[in-house]
Amino acid sequence: MKILVTVKEVATVEDEFEIEGTEIADQYLGADLNEWDDYAVEEAVQLQEAGIADEVVTVTIGPEDCEQTIRQALAKGADRAIRVWDDALEGVDLLDVEAKTEILRGVVEEEDPDLVLSGVQSGDDSWGATGVSLAEDLGFEWAAVVNHLEHDLEDGIASVRRELEGGVEELTDVELPAVLTIQTGINEPRYASLRGIRQAQRKELDVQSLADVGVDEGVVDSDLELTDMYEPESESDVTVWEGSAEETAGELGDLLRDKGVAP
Amino acid sequence: MTDVLVVADHRRGDLRDVSYELVTAGRELADETGGDLHVAVISGTVDEFADKLNREGVDAVHTVDYGEEFNHGVYTQATTQLYDELAPQYVLTPNSVNGLDYAPAVANELDLPIVTDTVALETDGETLTATREMYGGKVETTTELEGPAVVTIRGAEWPAAEGTGDAAIEAFDADIDEDALGTTVNGFEEVGGGDVDISEADVLVSVGRGIEEEENLEIIEELADALDATVSASRPIVDNGWLPKNRQVGQSGKVVTPDVYIAIGISGAVQHVAGMKGSDTIVAINTDPNAPIMDIADYAITDDLFDVVPALTEEFH
Ligand SMILES: Cc1cc2nc3c(=O)[nH]c(=O)nc-3n(C[C@H](O)[C@H](O)[C@H](O)COP(=O)(O)OP(=O)(O)OC[C@H]3O[C@@H](n4cnc5c(N)ncnc54)[C@H](O)[C@@H]3O)c2cc1C
Repeated sequence: MKILVTVKEVATVEDEFEIEGTEIADQYLGADLNEWDDYAVEEAVQLQEAGIADEVVTVTIGPEDCEQTIRQALAKGADRAIRVWDDALEGVDLLDVEAKTEILRGVVEEEDPDLVLSGVQSGDDSWGATGVSLAEDLGFEWAAVVNHLEHDLEDGIASVRRELEGGVEELTDVELPAVLTIQTGINEPRYASLRGIRQAQRKELDVQSLADVGVDEGVVDSDLELTDMYEPESESDVTVWEGSAEETAGELGDLLRDKGVAP
Repeated sequence: MTDVLVVADHRRGDLRDVSYELVTAGRELADETGGDLHVAVISGTVDEFADKLNREGVDAVHTVDYGEEFNHGVYTQATTQLYDELAPQYVLTPNSVNGLDYAPAVANELDLPIVTDTVALETDGETLTATREMYGGKVETTTELEGPAVVTIRGAEWPAAEGTGDAAIEAFDADIDEDALGTTVNGFEEVGGGDVDISEADVLVSVGRGIEEEENLEIIEELADALDATVSASRPIVDNGWLPKNRQVGQSGKVVTPDVYIAIGISGAVQHVAGMKGSDTIVAINTDPNAPIMDIADYAITDDLFDVVPALTEEFH
C-alpha cells in the first residue's frame, strides 16, 4: 500500500507584529511544519513500520524556501517528497481550495496512492477544506477530523473514529482509496533522530511545475480575493494588573479572596 | 435576488444550536436583496426538525427523509440536488466537524468556490464579503467573491433565530445513489469520562502550551492544591498525553462554567473559548498582550507564567 501525505509549511507570527496591505510584514513571520500535518506524517510512518504501507510520499505546494521544513517529514521516516512550484504561483495572495485541489489531484493521479492523509486544517489560514474537496474531485472516499485509525486496513476498508464536538466520537468505515484528514492527538509525533536528519538530506525531493502535474497556469485565477487584513477590534474591557510577579499575584490573590473561592 | 439555502445540523436526535444561527445568517443575506430563505434538513426525524426550524424569516423547509444520522455522502447528494432545484446564490452550512465533512464536497461537485469558518457576511446581491480569522485569531481578513458560493459559518457568531415562521414544509424527494455511499457510520462513543468532572469545579486552574514541558506541570498542580481548585487544560496538553482527556476544555472537550477560570499560557483559540466563555470570571496569565484570550478575559497578567504562578501559590501558603 502506498500513502501520500499532504504537508505544508505554515507561517507563525510573533506576539508583536505589523500588517502591510493584506499580509503580515515578513520580519514578524517564522515558519514551521503545520501541526496537523506532523500527526499525518507520523500516522503514515507508523503504518509503514507496521508493514501495512510500502511507501510514504509527501507532497507540498510551496517555494524552494520551504524545503528545510519539508525535509522534517523525510527525517521522520517518509521515503521521498514532491514539491510543486511554478512561476505562476509566485506572489499569489490566496491559493484557494479549488486551486489546491486541482494541483494535488495532478499529483495523486501520477502517484496513484491507496490512502491520502492530510491535516484537518493548516494553522495559518485554517480553511479546513482541501482534503475533502480533493477526495470528492478524485472520486475517492473520505473522512474529516479523524483521531483514530485501525492499523489493519483489510478488505479495502479503513476503520476510523471521527472526533465530533463535545467529547463524542463517530465510528466509521471508509472504503479505500480515501483521503483522511488527521486531527492532532491521533498519535505522538516523534522527534527526528540525528540519523534521520542526515538521511533526509539524501532522500529524493522532486520539484515539479504546474505543467509537470498537468495543471494549467490559469489555476491561480481565483473567484476569491483577499481584500483586507487587520487586527480585530478588541471588545474587551479587561483589567490588566501591572507590576512585579509578586504584585500581580497579590492582586489575583485578593480577587480570589473577594470572590470567596480561595481558602 | 439572492436566495439562500442553509443546511441544518443535528446529531443523535437533536438539532444543534448552530442550525438556528444559520437561519439568522441566511435571513440576513437574503434580506439584502429580498431573496428567499430555504432551510434543508436531511436525515433523522425530519418532520419534527422542520417544525422547530420554522422560525421567523424562513420561507421554506425542505425535508430529506433518508437514514438517521449524518452521512456525508447523503448530505452531499441531497444538498447538490437541492441546489440544482432551487438555484440559490449561497449555500450555508455550519463550520462544524460534520459541516467540514461535506461542504467542501458540495462546493467541488457544484464547481463553486468555498469560504469556510466565516464570522461575518455581507452581500449586495452579487459580491459576497466574508470576514474570517487567520493565525489563530490574531488577525481578521475580508475576502470578496462574485456570484454563487458555498459558505460555512462559525458557531455562536450569529444569534439564534426566534419566533415562528410560516414556511412551507415540503418533502424533497432526493435521489440518493446508494452505491456511491462509501462510508458507513457504525455508532458513537462518549469519551473523556473518568474520576474528575471539570464542569463541576468552582475554580479551574487551566494550563496551555505555554507550560512547555511536562515536568513544569508541577507548578500548576501546586497552585491548584494551594487554591483547592481543579486542574484543566487546553488541547495540546491532552494531545501530548500530559493530562487525560477528561481535563480538556473546549469544542471537543468539556464546556465549563466555573466561578473563576484561570487561563495560564493559553492563547484563546476559538475551539478553546467555545468551552469556557461562560465562566463567571476569566483571568488570563499570558506573556502576549495581544493573545485572543485577552478579548474575553476580565483580568489579565501579561507576564511570564513561570514567575507569576509560583508567586500566586506562595500567596496561599
Ligand atoms: C476541530 C478542532 C477541535 C479543537 N478542539 C479543541 C478543544 O476542545 N480545546 C482546545 O483547547 N483546543 C482545541 N483545538 C485546538 C485549538 O485550535 C488550538 O490549537 C489550541 O487551543 C491551542 O492551545 P494553547 O492555547 O494551549 O496553545 P497556543 O495557541 O500555542 O498558545 C500558547 C500561549 O501561551 C503563551 N505563553 C507562552 N509562553 C508563556 C509563558 N512563559 N508565560 C505566559 N504565557 C506564555 C503564548 O503567548 C500563547 O498565547 C481544536 C482544533 C480543531 C481544528
